Amino acid sequence: MKLTLKIWRQENATVKGSMQTYSLDGVSPDMSFLEMMDVLNEQLMENGIDPVAFDHDCREGICGSCSMFINGEAHGPDRLITTCQLHMRKFKDGDTIHIEPFRAKPFPVIKDLVVDRTAFDRIQHAGGFVSVNTSGNTQDANALPIEKESADKAFDAAACIGCGACVASCKNASAMLFVSAKVSQYALLPQGQVEATDRVLNMVKQMDEEGFGNCTNTGACEVECPKGISLENIARMNREYLTANLKG
Amino acid sequence: MALSGLFLIIFLLQHFIINITSVFDGSVFNWLSHFMGTNPLVQFILQPILIAGVIFHFVMGFILDLQNKKARGIRYKVFKGNSNASWVSRNMIISGSTVLSFLVLHFYDFWIPEIDYKYIKVLPDDPHRYYEELILKFDNLTRVVIYVVSFFFLALHLSHGFASAFQTMGFNNKYTVIVKSIGKLYSIGIPFGFAFIAVFHHINHHYL
Ligand code: HEM
Ligand code: SF4
Ligand code: FES
Repeated sequence: MKLTLKIWRQENATVKGSMQTYSLDGVSPDMSFLEMMDVLNEQLMENGIDPVAFDHDCREGICGSCSMFINGEAHGPDRLITTCQLHMRKFKDGDTIHIEPFRAKPFPVIKDLVVDRTAFDRIQHAGGFVSVNTSGNTQDANALPIEKESADKAFDAAACIGCGACVASCKNASAMLFVSAKVSQYALLPQGQVEATDRVLNMVKQMDEEGFGNCTNTGACEVECPKGISLENIARMNREYLTANLKG
Repeated sequence: MALSGLFLIIFLLQHFIINITSVFDGSVFNWLSHFMGTNPLVQFILQPILIAGVIFHFVMGFILDLQNKKARGIRYKVFKGNSNASWVSRNMIISGSTVLSFLVLHFYDFWIPEIDYKYIKVLPDDPHRYYEELILKFDNLTRVVIYVVSFFFLALHLSHGFASAFQTMGFNNKYTVIVKSIGKLYSIGIPFGFAFIAVFHHINHHYL
């Protein structure tokens, strides 16, 4: 396959970037999208051009680092996958592919396609945990029975890999899907109840401080989320937030 | 946003029920309008709450929209909004603004003359004038067309807004399919009904 790639190039966080056009030949349809990027970078280095910086780690859809906005969609045209799970067979010979970094004020570009997503870490630090004393008195996991439905829903919420596709896809750059997944995974379990009030208040506060937009329920996040995190979680977080505020 | 939106939805239903009587029986419409226009509870408690609700709703709408645009930072060169969310859900500010400009006309048409009649000219109370005034307004074809177009945008606004408000309030469970169906019915039915009233009076009194 022969492709035309239009890629966002930006030297560092302080300078302005722009879209640059590269043409790439000999791409196999069996390659993953990141392998295609590797081939491009080899070609660029051979020509003495700085390779395109992009985040990646596991290359199997579990770390959430491979943030790319491909042809106007987070992680490209496919559903329920990350960029590293996208294959070139989804494109046609002669296609032009636009590749941009995930865009949000709280996700500043570090270089090219690499963005700083530590805003998510700070939201997690604000309440995405349970405080348990595990030194020497570890409990049996089955000592606390949990109904199947809640356990399943908590597990589904916990499947969030913190990739940021929800923010990137949302026209408001809202982080509600991510934060609600992190709130829900505890809200659904008895272990999460002790800190429930503080958790939701602190995490939402941190989310707002980071400068993410407001949710208007367009549902774009749910469609683009590689882990199929449901909008139900946002409703749950809104309930938690409401009750937490009423409790004071 | 959701609370004020739901409040407006309830108001709209009440407003529709009163207006639709004008199609069937002018005297019932006159009686209801006279009640709404002279009852102190409606005039001095409910009406100010309604106006505050409307103002809160659109001012917050504009503020949220500005915040949301700012939250993106640098804009995408290519953004396929259509691939994951409906046009109406992404353009509440457009449908909302259209409804707002309609409200300006609507106030000019009905609210300002009322205030003028009751509090500026202080004309004698006439419980039978409302139906007549309504007919006169809808004699003008341009006005009828503007009303009908506005109701179309109201339908768009509500087709997302109705279910959205429930989600915002934290209501998302097995009954959500029912909420969505009622939302579809309401968002098509009520604006269509309002449009029907305007067109009905125009045809009825202009041509027949
Ligand atoms: C009588 C007319 C109106 C009714 C019944 C109505 C109803 C609603 C409802 C139910 C929502 C959803 C709230 C939520 O999901 O939290 C909404 C959202 C919205 N409305 Fe209205 N609205 C009306 C007029 C207006 C006007 C005049 C504007 C002016 C700009 C406006 C702007 C917005 C915006 C921007 C949103 C998006 C916020 C969101 O989705 O949460 N609306 N409206
Ligand atoms: S909710 Fe989905 S899209 Fe958002 S960060 Fe988690 S896995 Fe990624
Ligand atoms: S590289 Fe880990 S999810 Fe793509």
